[in-house]
Amino acid sequence: MNAVLQILGLFFTAGLWQLALELGALLLLPALGGTISERSGVVNIAMEGMMLTGAFTAVVTDLVWHNALLATLAAAISGGLMALIHAVVSIRFRADQIISGFAINIFAFGLTTFLIDKMTNFQGAAHVPQAYTLPVITVPVLSNIPFLGQVLFQQNIMVYVALALLVGMNIMLFRTRLGLRIRAVGEHPQAADTAGINVYTLRYGAVIASGLLSGLGGAFLSIGINNVFLPNMTDGAGYIALAAMIFGKWKPFGAFVACMIFGIGEAIYANNSTIHISQYLLNTLPYILTIVVLAAFVGKSAAPAADGLPYEPGVE
Amino acid sequence: MSTEIREKGAWPASEQQPLAVEMREITKTWPGVVADDRVHFDVRKGEIHALIGENGAGKSTLMNILYGLLHADSGTISINGQPAQIRGPRDAIALGIGMVHQHFMLIPVLTVGENIVLGREPVTNGDFYDRSGASQRIHDISSRYGLSIDPNTRTGDLPVGLQQRVEILKVLYRGADILILDEPTGVLTPQETQDLFVVLRELVKQGKTIIFISHKLREVLEISDRVTVLRRGKVIGTVPTKETSEEQLARMMVGRDVLLRVDKQPAKPGQVALRVEHLNVKNERDLPAVRDLSLELRSGEILGIAGVEGNGQSELVEALAGTRPVASGHIWVGDKEITNSGARKTRKAGMGHIPEDRRGTGLVLNYSIADNMIFGRQRDTAFSWRGFVLLLSSIFSWAKRLIAQYDVRTPSAETPARALSGGNQQKVIVARELGSQPRVLLASQPTRGVDIGAIEFIHRQLVAQRDTGAAILLVSAELEEIRSLSDRIAVLYEGQIVSMESPEVSEERLGLLMTGGGTRTAQG
Repeated sequence: MNAVLQILGLFFTAGLWQLALELGALLLLPALGGTISERSGVVNIAMEGMMLTGAFTAVVTDLVWHNALLATLAAAISGGLMALIHAVVSIRFRADQIISGFAINIFAFGLTTFLIDKMTNFQGAAHVPQAYTLPVITVPVLSNIPFLGQVLFQQNIMVYVALALLVGMNIMLFRTRLGLRIRAVGEHPQAADTAGINVYTLRYGAVIASGLLSGLGGAFLSIGINNVFLPNMTDGAGYIALAAMIFGKWKPFGAFVACMIFGIGEAIYANNSTIHISQYLLNTLPYILTIVVLAAFVGKSAAPAADGLPYEPGVE
Repeated sequence: MSTEIREKGAWPASEQQPLAVEMREITKTWPGVVADDRVHFDVRKGEIHALIGENGAGKSTLMNILYGLLHADSGTISINGQPAQIRGPRDAIALGIGMVHQHFMLIPVLTVGENIVLGREPVTNGDFYDRSGASQRIHDISSRYGLSIDPNTRTGDLPVGLQQRVEILKVLYRGADILILDEPTGVLTPQETQDLFVVLRELVKQGKTIIFISHKLREVLEISDRVTVLRRGKVIGTVPTKETSEEQLARMMVGRDVLLRVDKQPAKPGQVALRVEHLNVKNERDLPAVRDLSLELRSGEILGIAGVEGNGQSELVEALAGTRPVASGHIWVGDKEITNSGARKTRKAGMGHIPEDRRGTGLVLNYSIADNMIFGRQRDTAFSWRGFVLLLSSIFSWAKRLIAQYDVRTPSAETPARALSGGNQQKVIVARELGSQPRVLLASQPTRGVDIGAIEFIHRQLVAQRDTGAAILLVSAELEEIRSLSDRIAVLYEGQIVSMESPEVSEERLGLLMTGGGTRTAQG
């Protein structure tokens, strides 16, 4: 009972919400990536691996060039390259997309662990000096608003980037010609093809975009929230993002809500030293929260109709 | 309304009309099969040209080549006299060719407007989809051709006839002058078909050229100017419609004389085999689909269910087959009540079921024909040892017997069902269901999408089964099929039987009853 009250008490602290938004934004980037990929009809469970690749690339680039912006770009590109593998395997060769994604996750884990070992022998040299990490932006004036100022206007730059991408993605998917076409390709590629739309180009683009976004998420993790690369440091974040995308019904704002629920759960967990309850039990909180919210509000999920199905033209 | 008969010679498509489409020496092979073999195909400007042939004759392949979805191995195409390279649908669209596919190329979750303009969307400020601009253009086209539609409806919510209208608008929106319609009437009710024909005549009047793929001969005779017949990838001939007949076309398609009428003796009804009392069934959306329906079906008779699709036929059949829960009411096979007892027990009680969705529920497409031929009976002692271990050799010999008896054209019993043509797939299902000699047979759309030779065969099998004492409930969207096979006809409207008719009933009266009219008229 005491623990429950302690947890409820946390909801009245700006610190909890500030952290929840930060962690939610971290999940949001790969979740947006998954959304665009699956909207185009390519199942993507490889956000985990792409994110890990991005995290690694960001740290290495930052160590060499001492430039967080450059490191972030490199991270996005490395995620995009991983996604390109997934795209070629699942679009060009029409392989099973789950297996391809899984392979990428294992490959990314092995590759980054191997490389960081080669470079540092795990001696801690993968630490990036604070000066070269992604900065926290404190918006003048607005950050002085009580409570909300701390939550919304004292955040890492990537939080703002993620929120801007959220809005952009939503507009792109549901208001533009490009978005209409991506959704068409994901629902019924034959129909799109007969309407003169290039199914392959759009699917390649969408999958690569998912890699870019996941790579950004990786950079945020390794040189924003942390300042180090550790083997397997994503620790399932890519999979949670995948879950958030599905719970969000393949919609950007739906995914955002799901990410925030996870974020809140993790932020509560981050306070585990002050809560008198098993930290392992506390660790299950985000998942329990998600299931409860899902069962209560979401209902039947609606995947794109051609999600996961390779497209082969002209087959009768 | 205006289903006026065309006057001979009153059409613009005279012999002097230039050619809109010339396909020369088109050959397309699949591994092991020649789909099209040096095909010549000419279409004149302003004509409705029917392309007919059995399933697998190469009609769809030929049209997919013309539309750029497939590439010919050899041969040339000219459009409006100009040699054309059609590498993809984009090229075809640019040449003014549009195709309405047999399986609609519509995205159910998008709006009508989005579906129509897809691929050529009007945009504002860069890349923003211009919804009102799209609506305006659609309105212009639909008023010009008399095809009214609301562009803001969700496409999946429309009835099939209107979905087809969306397909036609899609093609017109792209400025097509040559329209390919692949089996356009396959899913339409008779009334919707007549509406479509009105539209097609209007389109021709406005200068469009139409290629009409079909295997329904009566429709071809009604709507076309000329007919080209394909058989096994070869052109058998092109004939002016007014100089040919149903019999001649059937002979050209099949290669032998075809019996177009069902030959049967009067029924000798026996015991009640299926009794349904006050049946209520709900559909997927939990709305009542079958409402307080009662009927009796005797052994040795065929009861036809006539109705516009979506009036509860599917739900009724599924409830009877044990694959859909019964909300209330009772079903007996003989004296055994089977209400809500599930498909397995229902089958055991003697119910056979030819499902309407051949590929979805009738077959496991990736399984062999032999496996497909024992589905539902895999626990029989004839096919398995104590219901655990399949007896492969008896399954195969059984399958081989059925393949021979039902004339399934397949390389072997091990061939996956997917590899067969639609007609042969249907024969596999018919063989399985009739092979177990059910007491009651539910035959749902037993010849949908099946070609004329196979239709003749399946019809004869159904009648033979009736004559050996089976009770058959026949559901079909084809009124002709219902009238020629049934001994009694029940008209289903909004989940209720609104009238019982004799098979001599006129098509007009059936049509009226099916759309909810005419029930107060005294029966003739």
